[in-house]
Amino acid sequence: MADLWLQFLLTVDATLRVATPLILCAMAGIFSEKSGIIDISLEGKMLMSAFAAAAVAALTSSALAGLMTAVVVSVLLALLHGLASITLRGNQVISGLAINILASGLTVTIGIAMFKQGGQTPNLSRAERFRPIELPFAEQIGNLPLIGPIYREVISGHNILVWVALAAVLFTAFILTRTRFGLRLRAVGEKPEALDSAGVSVAKTRYLALIVAGVLCGMAGAYLSTAHGSGFVREMTAGKGYIALAAMIFGKWQPRGALLACLLFGFLEAVASRLQGVDVPLIGEAPVDLILALPYLLTVILLAGFVGKAMPPRAIGEPYVKER
Amino acid sequence: MSVPPALPRWADVGLIPLINVLAALIVSGVVVAIIGENPFEAMMVMIKGAFVYKGSLGYTLYYATNFIFTGLAVAVAFHAMLFNIGGEGQAYLGGLGAGLVCLMFDSMLPALVLIPLAIMASAGFGAVWGAIPGYLQAKRGSHIVITTIMFNFLAASIMVWLLAGRLKAPGQMSPETRSFSPNAELPFIHDIANALGMEIARSPLNLSFVVALLACVGIWVLIWRSRLGYAIRATGHSTHAAEYAGIPVSTIIIITMAISGGLAGMMAINEILGVQHRTILGFTSGYGFTGIAVALMGRNHPVGIVLASLLFGALYQGGAELDFEFSTITREMVLLIQGLIILFSGGLAYMFNRPLAHFLGFLLTPRNVRGGRRG
Repeated sequence: MADLWLQFLLTVDATLRVATPLILCAMAGIFSEKSGIIDISLEGKMLMSAFAAAAVAALTSSALAGLMTAVVVSVLLALLHGLASITLRGNQVISGLAINILASGLTVTIGIAMFKQGGQTPNLSRAERFRPIELPFAEQIGNLPLIGPIYREVISGHNILVWVALAAVLFTAFILTRTRFGLRLRAVGEKPEALDSAGVSVAKTRYLALIVAGVLCGMAGAYLSTAHGSGFVREMTAGKGYIALAAMIFGKWQPRGALLACLLFGFLEAVASRLQGVDVPLIGEAPVDLILALPYLLTVILLAGFVGKAMPPRAIGEPYVKER
Repeated sequence: MSVPPALPRWADVGLIPLINVLAALIVSGVVVAIIGENPFEAMMVMIKGAFVYKGSLGYTLYYATNFIFTGLAVAVAFHAMLFNIGGEGQAYLGGLGAGLVCLMFDSMLPALVLIPLAIMASAGFGAVWGAIPGYLQAKRGSHIVITTIMFNFLAASIMVWLLAGRLKAPGQMSPETRSFSPNAELPFIHDIANALGMEIARSPLNLSFVVALLACVGIWVLIWRSRLGYAIRATGHSTHAAEYAGIPVSTIIIITMAISGGLAGMMAINEILGVQHRTILGFTSGYGFTGIAVALMGRNHPVGIVLASLLFGALYQGGAELDFEFSTITREMVLLIQGLIILFSGGLAYMFNRPLAHFLGFLLTPRNVRGGRRG
C-alpha cells in the first residue's frame, strides 16, 4: 500500500516536471490569443530559446545568462510575429508556421556551426543548469507516514522554473482580470474597434501581449534545455508547443482551465512513460502511443463542441484595420 | 496614407514570388556567411547538386513529385479559404492506405489492378483524414487550422502504434511493414527509359511524377472549368454570397477538404509505391508542410505549383549535397530557406507588395496624370 502510494506520488511529481513547459507556453498562448493574435509559433519560440539557453549556458557556465538570452531570443521571434500579423496584417497562421520551420532549421544549423556535435549543445554540468531546490527538512518530514512523502517527493526537489511556471498562472490570471492592461488586452481580442475609439492603440496593446508571451515561451525553452534536460537536442520540443496550444484551447483560453489541462496532459505523458513496456492485465502491452495521442483527441472532441464548448476570442486571427 | 494602387497581375504572379525567394536566399546567405562559409560557394554546390551531377535532375524531380501533391492539396483548400495544414497527417495516412492494400493483395492481384487500387486507397485514406476536420469546421464550428494540427499528431500516433505493432514485419526490429512483392512497385523512369532504349541515370524518379502532372491538369479543370470548382471558389470568396446563391456551403467545405486530403494522401504513392516499396515510419518527413510554401509561391495555380515544386525539389536535392561538401552546413539549411520563403510570401506578404505597388504605380502612370493621383 505504502509502495503504491509512493508510486502515485512519483507520477504526480513527474507530472509537474513534464507540465512545466506546457504551463508556461499555455500562458503565453493565452496572452497572445486573448489579444486576438493566433499563436502557433509557441513551438518555434520554445525550440529557439531552448537552444539559446543551452548554448549560452555552455559558453558562459551560467544558467541565468542562458535564461536571459532565451527570453531575448523568444521575444525577438514574438516581435517578428507581431510585425507580420499586426503591422503588415499578414496571415497569422502562416507567420507562426514559418517561425516554427525557421526554428527547426536555425537551431540545427547554428548548433552544428558552434559546437560541431550534430546540432546538439555540449552536455551541461550541474553548475550550468537550474538545480533542484531541496526544501528544508525534506528527509525528516518525508519519513512521516502518508503525508510525509508528499512533501519529500512532490513539493520538494523542483528547480526554480517549476515554481515560476506555477506563479505564471497566478500572474496571468491577475493581469487579465485585475489590471487595466488586462482589460484592454481582452477587449482588443474581442472588439478592437471599441478600444480604438476609446483612444487606446490596438497595435501597441497587441505588441505588448506578444512580448509577454515571448518572455513566457523563452522561460519554457530554457526549462527544457537547462533545467529539465542537460543540454539542447535537435527538435527537443517535439510538439510540446502544440500540446500547450491544445491545453490552452482545452482550458477555454482561461488560466485556471489551461493549468488543469496542462496538468492533465502532463499526467498522461508521465503515466505513458511509466507504462513503457509494461504488461497491463487484459490489454497486454500498454498502448503508450495511444495514451500520448489523447491530448490531441480530447482537444478535437472539445473543440467540436461534443463536450462543453470552447469559444475563442471573437476577433482572433483578424488584422485590425482602422476605419476612416 | 493613400490607398496603394493595386498590384498588376503579372507583378503579383511573376515578380513577387521571385522577390520572396530572393529575400529568403539573401537572409540564408547571411546566415551562411555568419557561420563562416562562402554563401556563393554554397549556392553553387546546391545548383550543381540539383541539376548538374549525374542523376541529380531525377532526384530533383522525385522530390518535386511530393511537393506537387502536397502543394496542390494546400491550394485546393485555399480556394475555399480553408487553411489545411494537415497535409503531413493526410499523406501519412495515405501511406497506410496504400500499404494495407499492398499487404493484403500483392500476392494475388496483377500490377495493373493492384497499383490503381493502392493509389485509390492512398487518396481515400487521405481524403477521410481531410474530410473529418472539414466536417468539424462545417458542422461543428471548430477551427480547421487547430483541428488539422491535431490530426497531424493523431496520424503520427496511429502510425507509430501500427508500424511498431500489428503491421511490423515479423522477426524484424525496425518499425516498418514487410516489403511488397514487385508487382506493387511503380516503375522507375530510368527503367522505362532503358526499356525504350534510352540511357538515363538511376534515380528514385518514378511514374508518380506523371500521376502528379495529371493531377495538376485535373485540379485545373476542377477549379476553373467545373461547377464544383465554381462552388469552391464562390465559397472561398464569400461564404454568405455563396449561401445566398444556393450553394450548400457546408457540403462544399467537406468535399474540398476531402479532395485536399486525397491529394496529400497521394504523396504516398511516390514514397511508398515508387521508392520504399513498404510503409515506413516518418516517410512524410515534413513534405506536407513544404506544400504550404509551394502553394504560397505558386499562387495556388497548378502551373505555379509545378514551378514552385521544381524550386523546392532543387532545394532539397541541392541541400542533400551540402551535407557532403561542407562540414558546417547541412540539409537543415533548406528548412531555414523554406521557413523564410513561407515567412516572406505568407506572413510578411505585404512587406514587398505595397512598396512594389507604389513603385510600379509610379512607373506605369503617365507623367501628366501623376500629380492628380496623389492625395
